[in-house]
Amino acid sequence: MKCIAFIQTKDGQATKASLEAAGFAASMGEAVAVVSGELNGDGGLGAVGVGRVLQGEAHLDDGQLARLVSAAAEKEGASTVVSAQDHLGKAVAGRVAVRLGAGLIAGVTAAPSGEGFTRNVFSGKATARIVGNTDKLVITTTPNAIGMPESAGGTASVEAFSTDLGDRKVEILEAAAPSTGGRAPLPEAELVVSAGRGLKGPENWGIIEDLADAVGATTACSRPVSDIGWRPHHEHVGQTGIAIRPNLYIAIGISGAIQHLAGVNGSKVIVVINKDPEAPFFKAADYGIVGDAFDVVPKLTEAFQAL
Amino acid sequence: MDFLVCISKAPDTTTRIAFTEGDTRFNEEGVQFIVNPYDEWYALVRALELVEAQGGKVVIAAVGGADCDPILRKALAIGAHEAVRIDAAPEDAMQVAAELAAYAQGQSFDAILCGKETIDHNSSAVPAMIAEHLDVPCIALCTSLDYDGDKAIMTRETANGIEKVAVAGTFVLSAAKGMGEQRIPNMRGIMAARTKPLQVVPASGAAAGTRIEKFALPPEKAGVKLVDADNPAELVRLLREEAKVI
Repeated sequence: MKCIAFIQTKDGQATKASLEAAGFAASMGEAVAVVSGELNGDGGLGAVGVGRVLQGEAHLDDGQLARLVSAAAEKEGASTVVSAQDHLGKAVAGRVAVRLGAGLIAGVTAAPSGEGFTRNVFSGKATARIVGNTDKLVITTTPNAIGMPESAGGTASVEAFSTDLGDRKVEILEAAAPSTGGRAPLPEAELVVSAGRGLKGPENWGIIEDLADAVGATTACSRPVSDIGWRPHHEHVGQTGIAIRPNLYIAIGISGAIQHLAGVNGSKVIVVINKDPEAPFFKAADYGIVGDAFDVVPKLTEAFQAL
Repeated sequence: MDFLVCISKAPDTTTRIAFTEGDTRFNEEGVQFIVNPYDEWYALVRALELVEAQGGKVVIAAVGGADCDPILRKALAIGAHEAVRIDAAPEDAMQVAAELAAYAQGQSFDAILCGKETIDHNSSAVPAMIAEHLDVPCIALCTSLDYDGDKAIMTRETANGIEKVAVAGTFVLSAAKGMGEQRIPNMRGIMAARTKPLQVVPASGAAAGTRIEKFALPPEKAGVKLVDADNPAELVRLLREEAKVI
């Protein structure tokens, strides 16, 4: 069985979320990757089990990308298309599903096994096993959920691919990349240090930054903190912000409202530091420290630095 | 400007999730349903703001049975001008999108606004699907919408940060935080909603592309292991040796 993997790149390399999707495709059958634009060598795709890469032109909008991926699936006779469930994946996968007449199973969280696929529903409060009604399927994989595939050590061949892409309809006026200070972007981060109103003011975030540096983590925050402007909006994790699933989520001075948990309950290990022993977040935590953040966090930073 | 805002019925965020019929159906008994928050707070409110400033109308549409009427009335109370319910029992995103697109096809909306995802199925799939059916662009994860003449100017979240984009002609967007602020319906709005048109239209008969085989609840957490506040080094040891995450 052939699987098409829709790959996004940054600086010519497949993104982490896309490598996970490619590995997922390779575990289902013969994986053929589709990329738009520049690729550095094979973009790291051979190592995760991709044999061939079809390279389309650069700077396509969502509708053109859907045409590129669908045409590749039809040319290759692929029964399945896999993409990461990231920003662009959300804009393109649904379009590909409509073009191919394929059912879409979005945000799969587990490696393929048996008939059907597992995904989260009810904002992480339950899972569902979903089965396709159609011969073809489009599957998107939740970043950081299925894990990076073992390196197979291969190299993928790269061939140019073109099809009728139609006209570009979305004009990009400007793009801005907020500085993450060299840290991994939140959706891909494996380690996250997050803080809330318990920090009392934006001037106190130094201890959070220090801890994040010691852990090698990305910083995040709760909704009230981004709403009142203590921290930038792109750091807000939770139901209305970004949903993340790092290996380790350290929550400091966050009470753990249900809307916050909905964005972080996929984390593998949750550590809660809060001075209120009754904070609801402790019920969802694996480890906890009841104590004042201003006292505990610097000590914890030292302990990490001592590693 | 005429906007179509697609809304979905969703269980209130604090709902205790349970299943029935052999874990194949969500147990709706005793559940408080709301307008899916992203559809209401962001998509609907921004459409209303634009119409208030420039004229036009906001039509809301939902795919479902009569159990969707209360949320359509709620959206009318917030300020939408007309409501349409496409009479179907939706099984998945593909079916919902095909029904919404079939309805929109026969109308002349300037834009179709959706929330970024529903809080029950979380697929983020419907907006892109509607866009493909109509062969128009989809601006996903949109945080602002304004007009410069006939051109729509939007800001969207991307993997690398944010982008400001322009689209001429009809488009679909999925709304994220930043588009608008929640509005609480007032008594006048609630009274007016009773007499606003709620049209029920037959479904086109679109099929679902997937089905739910079984729901499951995640395993219970073992319970929090507390570490003394004076000994954070012990926490580091546990994360390293027991949890093995660092």
